[in-house]
Amino acid sequence: MPYNLVVLVKHVPDTKRVTGDAMRDDGTVNRSVLPMIFNPEDLHALEVALSLRQRYGGRVTVLTMGPPQAAERLRESLERGADDAILLTDRRAAASDTLATSYILSCAVRRLAAEDRVDMVLCGRQAIDGDTAQVPPQTAEKLGWPQVTYVDTVEEVAGGRVRARRNTGAGWERVETSLPCLLTVTDQGPEPRPASAKRLMAIKKWRSLAEIEMALRAEMPQADSDTLATEADRRAADLAARGRLITLWNLDDIQADLAWCGRDGSPTKVKRIQSVILKGSGFKKVEPDEAGVTGMVHELIADHTIG
Amino acid sequence: MIEPNRQGDVWVIAEQNDGALHDVGLELLSKGRELADALGVRLTAVVLGEKVAQHGQHLIRCGADRVLAGEHPLLGHYQTNPYAKAIVRLVEEHRPQIVIFGATPVGRDLAPRVASAVRCGLTADCTDLDIGNHVEPSTRQRYDRLLYQIRPAFGGNIIATIVNPERWPQMATVREGVMRMPEADTSRRGDIVAFVPDLDADEAVLTILDHQRTERKVNLKASRIIVAGGAGVGGKENFRLVWDLANALGAAVGASRAAVDSGWIDKDHQVGQTGTTVRPALYIAVGISGAVQHRAGMGEAKKIVAINADPDAPIFQVAHYGIVGDLNRVLPMMIDAVKKRV
Repeated sequence: MPYNLVVLVKHVPDTKRVTGDAMRDDGTVNRSVLPMIFNPEDLHALEVALSLRQRYGGRVTVLTMGPPQAAERLRESLERGADDAILLTDRRAAASDTLATSYILSCAVRRLAAEDRVDMVLCGRQAIDGDTAQVPPQTAEKLGWPQVTYVDTVEEVAGGRVRARRNTGAGWERVETSLPCLLTVTDQGPEPRPASAKRLMAIKKWRSLAEIEMALRAEMPQADSDTLATEADRRAADLAARGRLITLWNLDDIQADLAWCGRDGSPTKVKRIQSVILKGSGFKKVEPDEAGVTGMVHELIADHTIG
Repeated sequence: MIEPNRQGDVWVIAEQNDGALHDVGLELLSKGRELADALGVRLTAVVLGEKVAQHGQHLIRCGADRVLAGEHPLLGHYQTNPYAKAIVRLVEEHRPQIVIFGATPVGRDLAPRVASAVRCGLTADCTDLDIGNHVEPSTRQRYDRLLYQIRPAFGGNIIATIVNPERWPQMATVREGVMRMPEADTSRRGDIVAFVPDLDADEAVLTILDHQRTERKVNLKASRIIVAGGAGVGGKENFRLVWDLANALGAAVGASRAAVDSGWIDKDHQVGQTGTTVRPALYIAVGISGAVQHRAGMGEAKKIVAINADPDAPIFQVAHYGIVGDLNRVLPMMIDAVKKRV
């Protein structure tokens, strides 16, 4: 029996490659100098979805919430084999904390559910920019669906139920629950397949309306808004005719209540950001010879550090 | 949504697995005690399970004024919904001002489900908590004695202080090993309130088919001394020297992510943001450059010895003793000096 799977993915800065350039003097992060990547664990979630589709049939829809540039992650998902892609972008969603983000995502999933496009939602365990792992459980709660976090293997989907193995930190457990549900996948999940060369060529030119508008503003800086809108619509219609238009949703399209979105919908506020400052108080330099090393060991014994 | 209650208690959710209390809940009681004293309110420990009232006395000795022990057959083996439902009901009834969970796999599964149901804020993986005032820049409104939720973010490159001014309770998860383990004080007294949460069988939406606990082979958190190796060690063979020094010192062996990813040592040994957070009396970093993710897991060690061939390695900036040199020469000398100490 075919299942419709929705994968939530995130366009994130590569926090493993943060260098001095990325840190401003006031301790905030200059995101613009960081390379943007596919949140690593989301790739494992996508792989779980693609392999389930291979086994059972159905469609894989990838959804990302973020700026227009996040469409890059959608193209990457399509190249790897996803069927449909949706870019959810809206300035009114900016500065959403995890609670507001999960509210917005739950509205999007509700719309997909109303269109009969979702039996299961999959996402990475956590995103590397925040590392909170909060959005998936909060999304599941708002949908009133079961959640299974820290999954490494989806064993079977049958009879309206899914069976999966999850890491409990102190071992593992195999669990079963009913559809629809939400699963989060860890980096112990199946290795993501590469993009197929054929799909890569086909999907290179896919765009969302948000990206078309962004490109037009750069191309025609003098043009008035009517001209831009007309040209954007023309280009979008052209792409749509060739099946290359990426679906674009805003908060109105998913009937989100704005009181629960963005800054207003976010109970947590950032009070202060500090860059990690090393103590740098100066260390005692020990010569790499017998006298130096023995002297240090004796000091550590004398102050009872080594007992 | 729950109205802020300035007389509300500070709550610690004390996790238990298969009848044993998890260390992190006890660690949270030492911090929770400080917060409750600063606010002049009670510290309550909440423990859920099939039979848990017997933990009450120990939780009180570790700092709680009161223990809410929720006992129900559906709470025997952890699963999200019944646990979340039980805690949401308690929070709605008692209106605590602060609720803290351990950032364990259970806490990180449970806390967001609870926060979402209550529609309050939640800060993940805090490394410190404090009480302080806050002025919201956009409204100029002043809020007294809020919970400062302090956590590394952005891959550990920044430390953020988060507050939750209006939508209470103020909720956070706290990393294991970062708060001090309290000493049990047998003279402490408190109330133990056992109760049966109102739960329906259909709230157990998960069927646990089978499960297995795999005991960690290393207990880094409990070790007074840790000798840890990183990329600079150069290979599995060279790691022998790290083990030898650890044996001479009666220490545990730790590792950086680079060493684990290279397959030189098991992941259980990993120290750092994605591994274990440790605060030993002595941490000897061998061939570890000291990336921010690693420092996040060991920066609180009392004494740090860094041995690295690169004099510019950031590990030296947190070190108390620094040896710039070849570890293949330095480690044998250290092993020798340690063995000769008596």
